[in-house]
Amino acid sequence: MSTQVLFGQLLVGLINGSFYALLALGFAIIFGLLGIINIAQGTFYMIGAFGGWMLLNYFGLGYWWGLLLAPLIAGIVGMALEKTLISRMYKLDHIYGLLLTYGLMMFIMGTFIYFFQTAPRPYPVPPELQGGYNLGFMFLPKYRAWVVLVSLTFCLGTWFVIEKTSVGRNLRAATENPMLTRAFGINVPALLTFGFGIGVALAGLGGVLAGPIYSVSPIMGGDLVIVVFAIVVVGGMQSILGAVITGLSLGVLEGLTKVFYAQGANMVIFVIMFIVLMVKPAGLFGQEK
Amino acid sequence: MTTSTSTTDTKISAPPVRGTDYAWYAAGLLVLLIVPFFIYPLFAAKVLCYCLFACAFNLLLGTSGLLSFGHAAFFGSAAYICGHALKEWGLPFELAAILGTLTAASLGLVVGVVSIRRQGLYFAMVTLALAQMIYFMAFQMPFTHAEDGLTAVPRGKILGLFDLNNLYVLYYTAAAVFVIGYALIVRITNSTFGQVLKAIRENQPRMISLGYSVNNYKLVVFILSAALSGLAGATKTMVVQLASTVDVHWATSGDVTLMALLGGVGTLFGPVVGGVIVESLQFYLADSGLPIQAVIGAIFVVCILLFRHGIIGEYQRLRGKH
Repeated sequence: MSTQVLFGQLLVGLINGSFYALLALGFAIIFGLLGIINIAQGTFYMIGAFGGWMLLNYFGLGYWWGLLLAPLIAGIVGMALEKTLISRMYKLDHIYGLLLTYGLMMFIMGTFIYFFQTAPRPYPVPPELQGGYNLGFMFLPKYRAWVVLVSLTFCLGTWFVIEKTSVGRNLRAATENPMLTRAFGINVPALLTFGFGIGVALAGLGGVLAGPIYSVSPIMGGDLVIVVFAIVVVGGMQSILGAVITGLSLGVLEGLTKVFYAQGANMVIFVIMFIVLMVKPAGLFGQEK
Repeated sequence: MTTSTSTTDTKISAPPVRGTDYAWYAAGLLVLLIVPFFIYPLFAAKVLCYCLFACAFNLLLGTSGLLSFGHAAFFGSAAYICGHALKEWGLPFELAAILGTLTAASLGLVVGVVSIRRQGLYFAMVTLALAQMIYFMAFQMPFTHAEDGLTAVPRGKILGLFDLNNLYVLYYTAAAVFVIGYALIVRITNSTFGQVLKAIRENQPRMISLGYSVNNYKLVVFILSAALSGLAGATKTMVVQLASTVDVHWATSGDVTLMALLGGVGTLFGPVVGGVIVESLQFYLADSGLPIQAVIGAIFVVCILLFRHGIIGEYQRLRGKH
């Protein structure tokens, strides 16, 4: 086996890992804060990608505008849905939250398929990021390096905001004890809306970044979200850092599996989840309640 | 915050089980008998398979409160095994269906052992992820024929006598399977075993302190639910002569959840109503050009927002039977 193949798949793994990390991070924030399993996380990834594509094709706004606006669009759509529908689920059995987001996912995905069909649509790499570097042992396309860089920056940035700033402190307080946090005069419902917006905006960001690599299609997030589930279970449901680390490393592991045992590549993450559940049910970074 | 919802609204709860109501069962049997004279028998048979699937799913959710989001794995794996047994091994339908059911049951054992280690939402996620693993396996295994699926599965003869290609024989066979499955589910729900499960759902710590091995109870009902889902899947393969990756896809798990929810989670008859509605919708919308997936999603959302107890559940509440 050539090192070319090995490093090539390693890079693919790292890229997928970046997307996993972004989606899993957003998922973990939403779950920790709202207690909602957001099955529609992959749908917001798709909305992000379509946002970029639509901005380009309908408004002539290029990649950089897309990168800025598409996550915002995903976030705003998310916040509107939280305010109108999802917030009604907080007082009910948690299962209803999961079912509601499932219904939303079906609705949004079905509508997109109706209008855009399932065929992938190309979304070009911006001219600034075309080409690549020859590292001697492999060729590194600029755009792929950029994807990894942006994802890592946003993952670490989000972690920093949550752990080190006053906004993050409020968020964590609302996660820990919403009633007490409200008693201190902090607007918890607004915080929940905001948290949901951030969570899905991260997925939207993943979507725009993925556009030039995987093309844009209504079904692009459907299966991805289940992989994200597995990652979050492995990482430990509420652990922010766990989601990021697990996302990246399982992406890489998946890439490596493609080199050594291609048939198992789709399944390796689920096998890992299986093992982790047997050995440490709370997840690698989680704590048993 | 306090006025709109009563406390019972916050849990997925089943109404207490009534004594058997023989008049209703007799009426139901009568309807089952005359249906093929009014509705295309093949379609009716297919609907019955999905109704049984929904009832099997509901057996788990309604009694134990465990929401499995991966029941397509059991339905689909049995569909494949039954299809393979019919087509490649030339087994009669009875044996093929038993094989499929056993496969689903053993898969249920494996998935159950892992997933009941977690509760509530975690349980739903783990079952979904494990089912996705089965989905990918369905693409990899040689005998499933990946995207093509098992097509033109021969139906054979039932009891070695009656040709299943006769649509009426086909329908009554499916109806018989449905009645057997449904009777089993009613029996299990009303048994002391079913009562223990409900008690576990209501107050798990108390049941543990009373000396019940809670996880064993959950595992057994999980396997039973998986096996009956398998029976439904196997029969479906025989009816439509096809087993494909659609059967193991997560959308199938979603559909069956909607059936139970729409009809009424925890009611015995609800999933049948839900199954008939969802299957009929898919059948009649297929020609209308409307996006089926979006319509199903919208129904899901409306159902959760407006009538969480489902059609039968709301009916029972109105009648004051709750």
